[in-house]
Amino acid sequence: MKQKPIARFEKVLKKFGDNVVLNEFDFEVYPGEKVVLMGPSGSGKTTVLRILMTLEDIQDGVVYIEEELLWHEQKHGKRVAASNAHLRKMRKKVGMVFQLFNLFPNMSVLRNITEAPIHVLKIPRKEAIKRAEDLLEMVGMTAQKNMHPAQLSGGQQQRVAIARALAMRPKIILFDEPTSALDPEMVGSVLDVMRKLADEHDLTMLVVTHEMGFAQDVADRVCMFDHGRIIEAGTPQEIFTTPKEERTRQFLNSVINREDTVTAPTVQPDRDK
Amino acid sequence: MLFNIPWNLSSNWTFAWSILPILLIGLEVTIKATIFGFLLALILGLPLALLRAVPFRIISWPTAVLIEFIRDTPLLVQVYFVYYVLPDYGLIFSAFLTGTIALGIQYSAYTAEVYRAGLEAIPQGQWEAAKALSLQTRRIYRDIVIPQAIPRIVPAMGNYLISIIKDTPILSAVTVLEVLNVAKIIGDRTFRYLIPLSMVGGLFLILTVISSVLVRYIERRLPKEGIPLK
Ligand SMILES: Nc1ncnc2c1ncn2[C@@H]1O[C@H](COP(=O)(O)OP(=O)(O)OP(=O)(O)O)[C@@H](O)[C@H]1O
Ligand SMILES: [Mg+2]
Repeated sequence: MKQKPIARFEKVLKKFGDNVVLNEFDFEVYPGEKVVLMGPSGSGKTTVLRILMTLEDIQDGVVYIEEELLWHEQKHGKRVAASNAHLRKMRKKVGMVFQLFNLFPNMSVLRNITEAPIHVLKIPRKEAIKRAEDLLEMVGMTAQKNMHPAQLSGGQQQRVAIARALAMRPKIILFDEPTSALDPEMVGSVLDVMRKLADEHDLTMLVVTHEMGFAQDVADRVCMFDHGRIIEAGTPQEIFTTPKEERTRQFLNSVINREDTVTAPTVQPDRDK
Repeated sequence: MLFNIPWNLSSNWTFAWSILPILLIGLEVTIKATIFGFLLALILGLPLALLRAVPFRIISWPTAVLIEFIRDTPLLVQVYFVYYVLPDYGLIFSAFLTGTIALGIQYSAYTAEVYRAGLEAIPQGQWEAAKALSLQTRRIYRDIVIPQAIPRIVPAMGNYLISIIKDTPILSAVTVLEVLNVAKIIGDRTFRYLIPLSMVGGLFLILTVISSVLVRYIERRLPKEGIPLK
């Protein structure tokens, strides 16, 4: 994969107040690559995704999307903070699927998916609906297209959220623990959709998940995160069977133990009551 | 004969019947003041809420003070202020307009709070999802935030509507002939207060009951958890 990276972090500094989350952070994702991020809670995985989605700014360093600066732009030969117009343009290249789905409860499933293509990409309504229906078929939600999010299970909502993100045809799609808020019996259907995505589409996927089976099947590269750094990266085979770092081994053990005791309470999906 | 002499229930009923048309004229003024005052409060409250939420202290702070000031001063002070002070600055309104404007201003401080709470109740995740889809701020408000805020706002606004109805008699302080003022004048002229005042009580009761039924009807028609009724 010796193409230009689709997303690149260079010496990125991110802090919340005094809490330094990322420091001199370097990271690359290449076109078509499926990358899985794993690591303990609070290590900065979500922050990496949120920076790419422009939901969180950076204090130093640069981020590129398709070799174009994300958080900066060149003005009269100088590098300045990105304008809103620039951010708006760049944002369209990135899609995100959230842990708590964040579907719009006041809209039908179909409209959740067509809203942005119609109003942002200016795609004619008919065409947007056609595309949304194709996506709903792909995620197995055709029958529910006129329902509202509150009428769906968590797993169904997440599948719609995936279709919604795909409808914008992003260059890279980010998943932030897409199954961790789901009841155990719903996890499979969402992972199946994500597997299908990984097969069918020539899409770049950056996935934060602790589902080792999924990573094993889909990931080109697994990155182990700890304290805002990637301590180890490699194929799923390398990371899961012959991890070099002690921290990686510890983390994987904790995940496996957690999976053995499935009874652990799951976060209730936010239904916007 | 049948009309004029209702047998032994006699004069009370005749009296009541004879003053009803005048009271209804007063009631019409009360209803108009309520509607205009309420609409004004709904309209003025929104910019107040938005200015209050602006992330610049220089704007949000004076707005907060203004809201607090309006809330903490008696309605009558505001009515007198609009009626007696503003004309000195060339702003002359009719007594009716004066009262209505004062009502609208007073209640805008309350509706501002309702709007603010309604907007703040929208989960952060909704904003983030909308932003991730590159939706523009105006579109986010129009298609996502406002439709979700309205069902949360309507019940509180309904309460203020009823409150305004009950506050309209204050307009009599600046000579407006709203229903209570009319009843009092009838009493003064005939030395019979019981009947006109009871009738006014009854009329207010009818008005507030109708209003709350209306509000509840609207509430029931609003989407629940985002799901519209059919
Ligand atoms: N909005 C915020 N304000 C302040 N601190 C924050 C904020 N968001 C994240 N942090 C801090 O940044 C650090 C990294 O958080 P992040 O959410 O990226 O971790 P994570 O790896 O995704 O963890 P988890 O597995 O629990 O989701 C944590 O110490 C967290 O407390
Ligand atoms: Mg996280």
